Amino acid sequence: MENKIEVRQFNFYYGDFQALIDLNVPIRANQITALIGPSGCGKSTFLRSLNRMNDTISIARAEGEVLLDGKNIYDADVDVVDLRHRVGMVFQRPNPFPQSIYNNVAFGPRVLGTAKGSSLDDVVVESLKGAALWEEVQDKLYEPAQALNPGQQQRLCIARAIAVQPEVILMDEPCSALDPVATLRVEDLMRQLSKNYTIVIVTHNMQQAARASDWTGFFWLGRLVEFGKTGDLFTNPQEELTESYITGRQG
Amino acid sequence: MTRQQSQKVATVLVTAVAIIVILPIFLVLVYIFAQGWSALSWEFFTQPPRNGMTEGGLLPAILGTLFLTLGTAVASIPLGIGAAIYLAEYAPNNRLTRLIRLAIVNLAGIPSIVYGLFGLGAFVLFLNFGTSILAGSLTLGLMTLPVIISTAEEAILSVPSEFRIVSLSLGATRWQTIRNQVLPHALPGILTGIILGLSRAAGETAPILFTVAAFYLPELPKSIFDQTMALPYHLYVISTQVPGMPLQIQYGTALVLLLIVLTLTLVATVVRTIMRRRRQW
Repeated sequence: MENKIEVRQFNFYYGDFQALIDLNVPIRANQITALIGPSGCGKSTFLRSLNRMNDTISIARAEGEVLLDGKNIYDADVDVVDLRHRVGMVFQRPNPFPQSIYNNVAFGPRVLGTAKGSSLDDVVVESLKGAALWEEVQDKLYEPAQALNPGQQQRLCIARAIAVQPEVILMDEPCSALDPVATLRVEDLMRQLSKNYTIVIVTHNMQQAARASDWTGFFWLGRLVEFGKTGDLFTNPQEELTESYITGRQG
Repeated sequence: MTRQQSQKVATVLVTAVAIIVILPIFLVLVYIFAQGWSALSWEFFTQPPRNGMTEGGLLPAILGTLFLTLGTAVASIPLGIGAAIYLAEYAPNNRLTRLIRLAIVNLAGIPSIVYGLFGLGAFVLFLNFGTSILAGSLTLGLMTLPVIISTAEEAILSVPSEFRIVSLSLGATRWQTIRNQVLPHALPGILTGIILGLSRAAGETAPILFTVAAFYLPELPKSIFDQTMALPYHLYVISTQVPGMPLQIQYGTALVLLLIVLTLTLVATVVRTIMRRRRQW
């Protein structure tokens, strides 16, 4: 199976503190990879290393390789703006811009100059459909995004992310602010999206990882303790630490 | 004294302080209005001064002040906002940045007469603009810069960083992020700073004393290289330099100046209120 992203010997530091230690992670194309582990284990830091959002932190430093389609994204000749276009992100808290629903989705294509006029309309409609939100918002595209409920807002954020047609979507605990019904809708949506996108999701919710992902990586104190098929990892963990974590005895 | 008693005393004290602070402002307004009201007439706004400035109106001074305010805006707004964007979004935290901030704080503390002298030396004489609207506007602009920079920087920093991060994660460049997500949200604060800065510039006498203001010039300026009358300086002149000046005209002039400055401040408040109401976070 093809690896969309291949992380090799990756180390990450905040100043003197080493947040990620010797990581080797394969991210399969068109599959959902879940990252689990206790708070502070480095899984969110790892996620943000995949589109270099950590660059905005001045004391942060990365070593090693993150190969996206075989090309190290930390190479000097990589344009980080272009990288983020290819590797999109959905955040923990639903965070639509304080603008209309339409403008939220249109923002990415507008700044990238990928669509204008009626083709921009098409992109907005397709993205909202892709995020399973179109039915609910088709009559109020020009109303403020803040009027939507949190679950809808999060799907709007997903629509906004896919509007720029990324190859990979990173999701940082996308359901932690949502109720169970909205959570299931987002999980269904992830399944739909994985046909066209490679998805990496960080989650605190182990049922979610078990339900919604193909591959799972378990992080502990900055290290990747175990990585494998989600079914295998949850039913037959190879490491004692993994087992005690997923059974709730540790962490 | 029990806690409840000291609470009562504190309430009375801070209320009294608040009233004491507001009272002088209120008295000044009432006094100027009462004394100057009768001078206001159609002629007062549309005619130049006549008969050694003891009769007629204020037209050249009013227009002069408006021209100077406009010139100040042109000179200070682009520079001020640009500097604020740099400081808030681009400047690394190093010695140079700290030096720039220190300079801005100090710039705000310089007495306005010093600006006037600097304007005379730099713009009137060295750059050879002469005593002119250009020199006066640049001097006033310089004086207004620190106000605009600090208020605009604060407004920019108050925009939640979340919007920046999301925008960057969608592949927007830093400038696109600033232009599309940061500045629109910071605009109410920036506008407030601009208008407060400009209203102060409109009322200043010292910076225009040597750089632009004419003692008596009934003709309107034809270019930015001309001198012009201006309300604050005109008020100073008719209050101290003209014998036999009717008090009514002095207070009328003060009232007009006050009205212009108050209008600017009012506009700032209204604009800010409207924009804040539209804001959705």
